Amino acid sequence: MESVTKRYPDGTVAVDRLSLDIPDRAITVLVGPSGCGKTTTLRMINRMVEPTEGTILLDGEDLQRLPVTTLRRSMGYVIQNAGLFQHRTILDNIATVPRLLGWGKARSRERAAELMGRVGLDASLAGRYPYQLSGGQQQRVGVARALAADPPVLLMDEPFSAVDPVVRKGLQDELLRIQDELGKTIVFVTHDIDEAVKLGTMVAVMRTGGRLAQFASPADLLSDPADAFVEDFLGADRGVRRLSFFPSAGLELVTDAVVPLDAPAARLAASGAPYLLVTDPDGRPLGWGEPRDLIAGAIVPEGLLPYGRPFVPGTDSLRAALDCAVLSPTGWAVAVDADGRVSGVVSQQAIGEAIRSAHAAGRGDVAEVAEVAP
Amino acid sequence: MSGFFDIPSDLQHSYLGLIGLHLREALLPVLAGLLLALPTAQLCARLRWLYPPVLGVTTVFYAIPSLAVFVILIDYTGQTELTVMIPLALYSLVVLVPAIVDGVRSVPPETLAAATAMGFGPARRWFQVQLPIAVPAILAGLRVATASSISLVSVGALIGNQGALGNLLADAQRYDRPELALNSVLTTAVLAIVCDALLVLARNLLTPWMPRGTRASAKTARRPEPSEPEGALR
Repeated sequence: MESVTKRYPDGTVAVDRLSLDIPDRAITVLVGPSGCGKTTTLRMINRMVEPTEGTILLDGEDLQRLPVTTLRRSMGYVIQNAGLFQHRTILDNIATVPRLLGWGKARSRERAAELMGRVGLDASLAGRYPYQLSGGQQQRVGVARALAADPPVLLMDEPFSAVDPVVRKGLQDELLRIQDELGKTIVFVTHDIDEAVKLGTMVAVMRTGGRLAQFASPADLLSDPADAFVEDFLGADRGVRRLSFFPSAGLELVTDAVVPLDAPAARLAASGAPYLLVTDPDGRPLGWGEPRDLIAGAIVPEGLLPYGRPFVPGTDSLRAALDCAVLSPTGWAVAVDADGRVSGVVSQQAIGEAIRSAHAAGRGDVAEVAEVAP
Repeated sequence: MSGFFDIPSDLQHSYLGLIGLHLREALLPVLAGLLLALPTAQLCARLRWLYPPVLGVTTVFYAIPSLAVFVILIDYTGQTELTVMIPLALYSLVVLVPAIVDGVRSVPPETLAAATAMGFGPARRWFQVQLPIAVPAILAGLRVATASSISLVSVGALIGNQGALGNLLADAQRYDRPELALNSVLTTAVLAIVCDALLVLARNLLTPWMPRGTRASAKTARRPEPSEPEGALR
């Protein structure tokens, strides 16, 4: 997008000299408060809104040169509330664009059935009508319909904002999974900064009046907001959220304080730790106990302090590790391997050290850190 | 000897013949009205400013007594069925135009945006998205227009034997046979009820995609409960 402006006849400027270089095969999120021109921007890409000034290039070609219906059929579009055709079955909804492109009926339906599987819809829903589906299911149909003709570009206009948070999280995870498989160029509009940070490879924060406030990766956005507006929009806990982009693999785990249920008294006494994490014979965590209680002999799993929620070093971020430590009554986080066996424990202080050194390293080399997105 | 179904010979029709004539005179105008209303409604849906004046004109049509229309038309179309059917067609517009416009406007904006974004041109969008979704509203309008048209045909008796079953009313007076009037009223009512039932049937067949409010319990039973939490990862 090169210096694109949309001005309405009454003089309102919806989008003001916006220039964006949207990366191929990645998710670019447009985020901002309502009235910031993000939807207008999205709709200029498939020319549902024509820009007043400036040009939009797709692979170097001016969008204005293409016939508008051809252009639109080459871009998937997902809208809030799904916008399904209520008078057509789920299968026919998904087959819409292939049919418009002149594919045969059988081939279109075969393709639609394949997509139902891809977006996690049961094949038995194929013959049903939209009113018979839940909001989350309808939105999956919306995504399948947009993907039907295998378009290189996918435009998504607040697709998940009308569903409840649990369903939304499921749809977001599903979108990331599908994107891993298909590698589309996705432009995603939302007013939810958490969604933007979670989904975006790049995030464009827009402000009222249709101006670009900042265009950066989520990690850069959280560490270096361009101005007070962006900082305010990111919210108060951006420091903690930023920890999502730091890996927990570097944490030094302590193993002295981990003891099996049947450990001899001598070993219990040997470790100088204030609390010991007791594990079952398989190495799974049972709970925390104080050494003198444990030495006294009566180790019953029911008498131990709960250990909170463990984290997996290498997979989880520093944010997850910190969360574990905060949740743990002893202030120590429990690290487990992929099978749930304890690999060590780590204190809040140690996590704090790791955060400080990650910040120091992050200043110089943010790009590398961004690779470890959650 | 002059029974309930013995039709005086001056009507030149058997009982069933009168019914056929009545249906033709009532339904052809509704059909013509529908064909006229569709493009009119499309224009009204596209050009918002056009709708209020069009609505005003159709209401004025409806306010003109049919007798007055007959007086004008009789110079051109004579004492024929056509003279009866033209005002009936115009009357049906007062119901059909708003029914179609409202039906088309009830299409959710996100459905329209999705259709446009998927590359539907205006004509394709009208015929494949807007009209089909407006079908329940259009059928509702047709039901009112049909019932009204069936009852209004009788005024054709005023211009000489063009009122089909309505002519029985005139003959009831002429021959002092009140049972003919009763026959006329009852048959007209039955025709209206049967036509209405057929339109309801047509609507149900045309719109399998509609949640059926009247069969609420069946609907709840049919609605698939998500078998697993929506957010489940697969």
